Amino acid sequence: MSQSYVIAIASGKGGTGKTTIAVNLAAYCARSNSKVQYLDCDVEEPNGHIFLKPKINIKKDVTVQIPQVDSEKCIGCGKCGKICRFSAIVHIKDNKVLTFEQLCHSCGGCIRVCPTDAIRPKKLKIGDIEIGQSDNLDFVQGKLNIGNIRTPSLIKEVKTQIKKDYLSIIDVPPGTSCSVVEAVKGTDFVILVTEPTPFGLNDLKLAVGLVKKMKLPFAVAINRDGIGNDQVEKYCRTENIDIALKLPDDRAIARAYSTGQLILDQHEKSFSNLFKFVKNIRSKRYAKR
Amino acid sequence: MKIAVTSTGKTLDSQIDPRFGRAAFFIIIDTETMDYSVIENESVVAGSGAGVSSAKTVIDAGAKAVLTGNFGPNAHRTLQAATIQLYSQLSGKVSDAVELFKNGKLNTSDEPNVNSHFGMDS
Ligand code: SF4
Ligand code: SF4
Repeated sequence: MSQSYVIAIASGKGGTGKTTIAVNLAAYCARSNSKVQYLDCDVEEPNGHIFLKPKINIKKDVTVQIPQVDSEKCIGCGKCGKICRFSAIVHIKDNKVLTFEQLCHSCGGCIRVCPTDAIRPKKLKIGDIEIGQSDNLDFVQGKLNIGNIRTPSLIKEVKTQIKKDYLSIIDVPPGTSCSVVEAVKGTDFVILVTEPTPFGLNDLKLAVGLVKKMKLPFAVAINRDGIGNDQVEKYCRTENIDIALKLPDDRAIARAYSTGQLILDQHEKSFSNLFKFVKNIRSKRYAKR
Repeated sequence: MKIAVTSTGKTLDSQIDPRFGRAAFFIIIDTETMDYSVIENESVVAGSGAGVSSAKTVIDAGAKAVLTGNFGPNAHRTLQAATIQLYSQLSGKVSDAVELFKNGKLNTSDEPNVNSHFGMDS
């Protein structure tokens, strides 16, 4: 196992145990002496650090470029506002132009169309990336500034830290939004975490729809197995989806979660099976090449 | 004086649309003659920035005042930059609000009264 391999741990909604599975899998792999890296792309609420307790060695600002208008040079043509698909810049009248940094997607369109070079790019900090170590596990997390909406831009930055020759485990934000697409894009395999309940099944189907559209191979992990019903399993069987893990419903897991503990020791078998599953799909992938 | 009222329908008998950025229509009324025109709001379906683009629509229509239910901060900032008077928290029939305005019974609003994304489903 020397080539890099990126696994995304995702779920159709929050609170399904996605982070529990991601951090414990990462810790298990690290314990088994694999070169492994955990990347928290749930940048609005990164909480993998609570369990992995990394020592942060590097902290970097993440910035994007937003327009800044020099009203001295502006001739009031209105072209900037017309080209912006996000209404992040608007010409009011005369040489009065307003910008809305929270709406800007940094496409650079306004800067390009301005006939008098009145618009210049300016840096705006949207958050941080922190890089560190938790035992022999490499740790990376993105942290979006509160109130900022540039989630995909920050996720993209976190993913630039993916290392060659490593098994990289990505903790994906919950849901099926464009942030999820950004986090999952380009990964080798996706594990969709769900609970075996009607709601869980509903969210799982949305998530399956998304990864299928992105043409990514995937499997399902069932958390709190034993609650609810067998509809999720039936669904997986008829759709021919592998079940990579069934983590039993266990009060101790909820307790470990609320106190920031890993559950490797209590559920060694589950994670060793999941690790085998990952190893297996990884080697199959390279056998195909 | 031209004013803009957010409306759920196309006549002066329609109800005021409570959302500025995602109003269905803007009715532009000349308060002297009571002549009016109707603009369909293309920002209803915009992902974000609806407040800004709606504000731009009424600015371009030449309105000097806006009567509506709620403004978000982006719409507020844009309209203020264009020195348009803002009147919020209105409801009921468009024509009634215009009467109140003409009789000087409305107070301007200095603050946006909803957050961004008000009126979006998620
Ligand atoms: S950079 Fe793009 S998104 Fe930002 S204000 Fe200019 S045109 Fe709009
Ligand atoms: S494109 Fe340039 S000159 Fe035209 S309104 Fe915008 S800033 Fe002013």
